[in-house]
Amino acid sequence: MTLLSVDHVDARYGDFQALFDVSLAVREGETLAVIGANGAGKSTLLKTIAGLLRPARGEVTFNGQAVGALPAHRRVAMGISMAPEGRRLFPSLTVEDNLLVGAYSGRSGPWNVAAVCRLFPLVAERRSRLAARLSGGEQQAVAIGRALMSNPRLLLLDEVSLGLAPVVVEQLYAALPQIAASGTTVLLVEQDVRQALRVADRIQCLLEGRTVLEGTAGSLTREQIAAAYFGV
Amino acid sequence: MVVTNAFVQGILLGGLYALFACGLSLMFGVMRVVNLAHGDLSIMAAFGALALVDSLHLAPFVTLLIVVPAMAVLGYLVQRGVLQRSLHVSALAPLLVTFGISIILQNGLQEVFSADNRALNIGSLATASLRITNQLSVGWFSLLVFGVGVTVLVALQLFLSRTSTGRAMRATSDDQEAAQLMGIDNRHIYSLATAIAFATVSVAGIFLGMRTSFTPTAGPALLIFAFEAVIIGGLGSLWGTLLGGIALGVAQTVGAQVFSPAYGILTGHLVFLAVLALRPQGFLPKAVTV
Amino acid sequence: MTADGISVDTAHTLAASTIHRRGRPVGVTAGAGFILVALLAVLPYVASRVTTYDLVELYTLGVLGTMWNLMAGYGGMVSIGQQAFVGAGAYAVVWFTNNNGVNPFLGVPIAAAVCAVLALPTSYLVFRLAGGYFAIGTWVVAEVAKLFTTQVRSLGKGSGVSLQKMSHIDPTLRNRLVYWMALGVLTLAIAATYVVMRARLGLALRAVRDAPTAASTLGVKVQRSKRFVYVAAAAGFGAAGALTSLHTLRVEPDSAYSVQLTAYMIFIVVIGGMGSIEGPIVGAIIFWELQRELASLGEWYLIILGTVAVVVTLYVRNGVWGLVSRGRLHAFPVGYTLGGGPRESGRPRGSRKGEDERPDDNAGNLKGVVQ
Repeated sequence: MTLLSVDHVDARYGDFQALFDVSLAVREGETLAVIGANGAGKSTLLKTIAGLLRPARGEVTFNGQAVGALPAHRRVAMGISMAPEGRRLFPSLTVEDNLLVGAYSGRSGPWNVAAVCRLFPLVAERRSRLAARLSGGEQQAVAIGRALMSNPRLLLLDEVSLGLAPVVVEQLYAALPQIAASGTTVLLVEQDVRQALRVADRIQCLLEGRTVLEGTAGSLTREQIAAAYFGV
Repeated sequence: MVVTNAFVQGILLGGLYALFACGLSLMFGVMRVVNLAHGDLSIMAAFGALALVDSLHLAPFVTLLIVVPAMAVLGYLVQRGVLQRSLHVSALAPLLVTFGISIILQNGLQEVFSADNRALNIGSLATASLRITNQLSVGWFSLLVFGVGVTVLVALQLFLSRTSTGRAMRATSDDQEAAQLMGIDNRHIYSLATAIAFATVSVAGIFLGMRTSFTPTAGPALLIFAFEAVIIGGLGSLWGTLLGGIALGVAQTVGAQVFSPAYGILTGHLVFLAVLALRPQGFLPKAVTV
Repeated sequence: MTADGISVDTAHTLAASTIHRRGRPVGVTAGAGFILVALLAVLPYVASRVTTYDLVELYTLGVLGTMWNLMAGYGGMVSIGQQAFVGAGAYAVVWFTNNNGVNPFLGVPIAAAVCAVLALPTSYLVFRLAGGYFAIGTWVVAEVAKLFTTQVRSLGKGSGVSLQKMSHIDPTLRNRLVYWMALGVLTLAIAATYVVMRARLGLALRAVRDAPTAASTLGVKVQRSKRFVYVAAAAGFGAAGALTSLHTLRVEPDSAYSVQLTAYMIFIVVIGGMGSIEGPIVGAIIFWELQRELASLGEWYLIILGTVAVVVTLYVRNGVWGLVSRGRLHAFPVGYTLGGGPRESGRPRGSRKGEDERPDDNAGNLKGVVQ
């Protein structure tokens, strides 16, 4: 079934329009990657889905319900969870406290602190460290773990690779199959096309706020993707 | 030895100041709002207790059970109804709104209760003292207030560090947008923080009313003491607030003893200004700043 | 539209746009102001002594409001301790004229200078704080100032002092002289604010007020700009305090250093309208009138005022002046607009606009960005 659908959404920041008539649909259980260059509107799209931004036009439907008017904190209770751009861990809280905050909505499911620690062993080692004292890659792992703690049906991952070394990014994405296996639908946003292609079932490419390409990961050629990505 | 006595009195007074300060510090930490009506709220609570004593002949300590929860509810509603809106208007708006509330409270209380000095009578407890040595004795009431202050601070600290809501409050204070992504309703968190602030400052106000006489316009001076305690101790740390309160209490009482009673408060101000000039982050600032 | 097409259009738009000062040039405003001031200056010869006496209070309130607005509305610094300088100015007059025989009317500029000098080191202390804590910090400074002043015997200690030297001057003449001084200080305060705001400093201040980090990366000296405003406003407050001394001939520490003064300043600016020069003037007039009408209500007067201030802050962002002018009327225009460029209705691109024409609606869209 279609878990999430975004229909003809416009989004703006004040006078600046970031999304133009964007639509997408994610089926339950699949992994969709939205790719595009800087400023393409990918993070704006995720913010609109998560509830940090209201669409100026169009509708966001989750699990059959229109959620466009719902504030972000209510969408978490429904099963949408996001690891935001730039990690945004709570710096004065320990890693463990960060994870526990992730469970605030009280949704039940397979994910808890122990499960996250099994997924990312480095998290287990740093449980009592203050979040501000972690490296970028460690923070990203905690951020993903924190988002999982609410046992979401839909996990939004915003630019996991941002500012991280390729080796670290590989390790992080290596955990994705396990996440998908637990039944979570994943919508990830990435500038790193290679990584996105490796983990996603389907791809959608944005350019300056508009969809320019979509299709299954296997059916699109490198040339097609590059052309859409760079707008040539 | 007289100075030692003053020193001890100052420490005990510091407990009361810390009780005043923790609400101000919490509201600032969570919402970045400085409540300029903070002191006036404590006086409002004291007058509320007084009204209950006069009309229902309750013992002053019993009024705590009624006034404190009532003030907590009031705090929740005021935040939800008035302060929340001011957060979106501009950065200056909360200051202007709380200042307006301060003026309304002072003059409203004056209208209802007149400008006379009033006090909450606790009978012999006011003067009963514990003799420690030949030259050193401490009042039982002062000890009680200090104990209450420390207990409230410890409880608040435990609330923030161990409970789910307390964690949510700390998270909101760090990054309120990311907190929303965790399912935290930040309007609710802000209102809770305000409720706690109103409650703790009410306790402080009622104990102040038992300790000394008060008038409707006594609020602003208490705001200043609370603020000085927070700055001396260091922003963002409850233990810092306790330390700051003690430092201020000691400065005031020792200053009054060594120089003259008129100089007590001035000494406190000067210590505050010195900390501001020499160590502006206070003595125990929060380890991590956002 | 291809990516290329969009960027070419934008480049044309920007090239055709020019930045104009909002509204009429300085000369026109100055001329009109000069006429108004001249009319007001003649007033003591035609009006009663009571009116002249009362107007001094209005002008003083105008100064207080304009200066507080300079700090808060333009400088972004909310202070509740400016009464420190009002009191210092009042006592400076006592010290110099009453105790040391200086001409009373030199007292006003001297008081202003004294306050500026005192404000400079104070700024280094209070600037260590920000926002609400800055506000209370300024209040502590005011309390300390009061406590120190009340220790000085020659300033009357706690019970205040009367300016005996002034009582030798003929009352009518004294009244008029104080009136002209007050009018002069108010005119100077408004003119200085207007000139500063139209200059680079004004633009810098508004940038600092809105986005300090961004402003500093653009080269705006944030601290220095704010310090300038703090010191200049202190001089203004000092002058206002001096005027009050000369006006009432009596200075008492509890009223000279009263936080009530800050309450008045805040009400005047909030109700009149923060962030514009006209706002505090409108606010002072409203406040002055209300004070006369409602004085008999005692505490209720302040309760009403406090409630109005809260409501206005929350619901009527730009005060009475904001309501009346809707951002379009300007007695003292200090903003900028973008002119030229294409209009939505299809007017030819690149058409030039005259210096003094009203900006078109297209430019109005950017008002929030530039004003």
